[in-house]
Amino acid sequence: MATIPANTRLAAERTWTGRLAALVKAAREAPLAVVVILGGLILVAALADLIAPYDPTLPVKGAEIFAPPFWMEGGSLATPLGTDFQGRDILSRLIYGARVSLIVGLMGTLVAGGIGTALGIVSGYLGGWVDQIIMRVTDAWLALPAIVFAIFLAAMIGPSMWNIVVILGAVYWTRYARVIRGEVLSLRERDFVKLAEIAGASKLRVIKKHILPNVLNTATVLASLTVGVVIIAEASLSFLGVGVPPPQPAWGLMLSEARPTLMAGQWWLTVFPGACILLIVLATQLFGDWLRVRLDPQTRNL
Amino acid sequence: MARDAVLQVAGLQTHFFTFGGTRVVRAVDGVDFTLREGETLGLVGESGSGKTTTCLSIVGLLPRAARIVGGAVVFEGEDLTRKSQRELRRIRGRRIAVILQDPMASLNPLFTIFRQVAEPAFFHQRLRGRSLRERVQSLLRAVRIPSPEWRMREYPHQMSGGMRQRIVGAIALAGGPRLVIADEPTTNLDVTIQAQYLDLLKDIQRDTGVALIFVTHNLGIVAKMCDRVAVMYAGKIVEQAAVRELFDAPKHPYTRALLGSMPKLGSKEPLYSIRGQPPNLANLPPGCSFHPRCPDVMPRCMTEEPRDFRPGDGSVARCWLLGDVLARP
Amino acid sequence: MSQFIIRRVLYSVVTLLILSATIFLIVRLTGDPVALMAEASARPEDLERIRHQWGLDRSWPVQYVTFMQNAFTGELGKSFNYRPPVSELYFQRLPNSLTLGLAATLISLLIGIPAGIISAVKVNSGWDTVAKGVALLGLSIPGFWLGLVLILVFSVWLRWLPTSGSGDWRHVVMPALALGWYFAASMLRLTRSSMLEVLGSEYIKLARLKGLPDFVVIAMHAFKNALIPVFTLAGVNMVVMVNAAVIIEVIFAWPGIGRLLYEGIFQRDFPLVQGVVVMAGFMIVVINLLVDILYAIIDPRIRLTR
Repeated sequence: MATIPANTRLAAERTWTGRLAALVKAAREAPLAVVVILGGLILVAALADLIAPYDPTLPVKGAEIFAPPFWMEGGSLATPLGTDFQGRDILSRLIYGARVSLIVGLMGTLVAGGIGTALGIVSGYLGGWVDQIIMRVTDAWLALPAIVFAIFLAAMIGPSMWNIVVILGAVYWTRYARVIRGEVLSLRERDFVKLAEIAGASKLRVIKKHILPNVLNTATVLASLTVGVVIIAEASLSFLGVGVPPPQPAWGLMLSEARPTLMAGQWWLTVFPGACILLIVLATQLFGDWLRVRLDPQTRNL
Repeated sequence: MARDAVLQVAGLQTHFFTFGGTRVVRAVDGVDFTLREGETLGLVGESGSGKTTTCLSIVGLLPRAARIVGGAVVFEGEDLTRKSQRELRRIRGRRIAVILQDPMASLNPLFTIFRQVAEPAFFHQRLRGRSLRERVQSLLRAVRIPSPEWRMREYPHQMSGGMRQRIVGAIALAGGPRLVIADEPTTNLDVTIQAQYLDLLKDIQRDTGVALIFVTHNLGIVAKMCDRVAVMYAGKIVEQAAVRELFDAPKHPYTRALLGSMPKLGSKEPLYSIRGQPPNLANLPPGCSFHPRCPDVMPRCMTEEPRDFRPGDGSVARCWLLGDVLARP
Repeated sequence: MSQFIIRRVLYSVVTLLILSATIFLIVRLTGDPVALMAEASARPEDLERIRHQWGLDRSWPVQYVTFMQNAFTGELGKSFNYRPPVSELYFQRLPNSLTLGLAATLISLLIGIPAGIISAVKVNSGWDTVAKGVALLGLSIPGFWLGLVLILVFSVWLRWLPTSGSGDWRHVVMPALALGWYFAASMLRLTRSSMLEVLGSEYIKLARLKGLPDFVVIAMHAFKNALIPVFTLAGVNMVVMVNAAVIIEVIFAWPGIGRLLYEGIFQRDFPLVQGVVVMAGFMIVVINLLVDILYAIIDPRIRLTR
């Protein structure tokens, strides 16, 4: 009597985890889906002017403030995802927000990767006191939680999208420097580098011809895994009011503007921008994982 | 021979299934041998020839990708390949013990020697308290650890390499086994300590009558320790014989090559090295697996796999050369 | 051993000097705080008087040395706005941040360790894949957004938990979860990889060869070894969480040092901002130093290889 329900429950659990597992597995192993999501977001960001129904910085004429999404009572198809406290169209703001997120995410990563890779190569290849100085500075940078450092810098330098790019680049280079330095240390001992040195190649030439090309894969993998972190950091700064200044449509800023009315139950103002951040970061993480497997067979099992 | 067979391995096949089962590696492919009480069998071969996998198949502790696909492992009259993990657990550490290669790595760094030696007696014989302590002390004495009563309170990193390997030996003896499988137990030891350790194993075997499988690639150790030798190549036993027989009259070209690559005292002859690469188990050549490296290869070897030949002196070898010998009047 | 400790302590001191100098320079480089704070109508001679009062008219090196001298005696300068010394404000708020950090650490351990162990023991199974998914979401869901969604669900819709402030345990649950979420994922990853490494070791093989029950092999032999790095990271993470909870503390109106920093920034209170940031660096450098020394004591091999 008692055995049958117990068994069926067990079976149901198994299929439940089984299904979930299949889903996760598919997401991890299908670069196609990831590429489609990322490509879609990039396209949306690039073509924001064509796609977005309204100007994201101005109230929609004739629309109410705090209009809910269209499927709810009081919603309208004119503003399908609702409006904010000024009556601006949420959908348009989300579309333009993608542009801000992607620009900051990609450019910030580029700056961080550039600084970190350069310092890592110099530190690892030259060694000696140069290495000591760069590594101690890296230690000092790592001692502060990245987000606290970023908030501090943003508060000091002042809010603007390009300032944020520079700030996040200046905060997140440390990981590149460490990893790349380690790689250069082992590259330096390899025969082709030794041979080039014996042949009389200048240090700059050795770096350009032999070191840099060999660390680019690692730098690319690190970059793909940093983009998401930078995007979240930008949203955090904007949320705190030290990032992208209003009335620009950044997702973090939208979340910040939604906060006063969260208690009133206007959930769409909070859920949509956050879901966008989640989606874009998830896609970059999956892309990074996939890239790591492709470019760096040694870490495949991590 | 009147003594009972402790272990009979018959037609054992253990394969690795990788890449979702699309690639099959026949790590052990049809291995037969018999081991009697108090007997020592040497299992010799290059790394990757299937020695270790054979041993792990006997105790049923294979890596995830590996599976026994055929044959039987009959231990004291019971086929172990048909037993559940639960039943095997009661045999492992109690009636069959294994000594691993690396004494530095095979002791848990965070547990005392006492605890690690005591575990088999604790779980299998259910000894507790004083009788457990006394058991551990007598085991440590048996492997010649000085002042065991306070040594057993120490941690592995406080011991020398030779001592650690003797402790691993004590753990093997803790359950009172009938069969001990020693997987290259001396490769990481100094030569003098190696000799001491081998003497110790011999003494213990004489006292307890335990059967021993000795996995090694060192033929010198085989000559010193073993009664019989089985030479493995690419997952198969290519020659099996009594130690004297094998050293005096090796039948298989691979055995001859192995013996030729062993340095001899006082000999000025150049060492013989086996030409060619060790075989790729995932992609074995047709016919005899050894034929690409065999100095005496015949056309037949390239197409037809040799069967076991028994030249009549108690040895068994898989080589067509013997076929010729036997066929001749 | 003592040589190793001395070297590590020296490194830490150098790190702290570079860090404090960097922060000091950034604060000074970005403009004259008095001018930034003052109203447009303020008279120049008043500004000059205030500058002198705060010691801002002296040269930078002198200011830095004074700052460091004060810092060593536990004095972080005087807050522009609050008037009381920065250290007083800081230590008033610190207990709240510690509470939150501790709760978040507990949550990250409660999620990360069991999931990591299951994931490693049943590697490549459905559970493992689900755990990998959780780890992925941990990195992808912004903690502050999770906090907002928690408020929406548990305070606005279900009305189970208060939205903000501090008091009994019900105030801690949501901020701790929002803060600990990211770290739970990192705990999970570390537990999994550490456990996998231990499970593949020779001594675990020997433990299985002894015929021990699986439970004993995993829960006693593997667990103890695998969790050393996990608990070390948990310690470091806790200190990071105490210091990096700025947004979470702002969202939940939690009166900790993160919100103190936020308030300092918006009141352009430079001594306060500088003090809080330097303290964060100090705490993290110290915990890293302690962890390194502790490791060296526990494991003699580390001492030899470094």
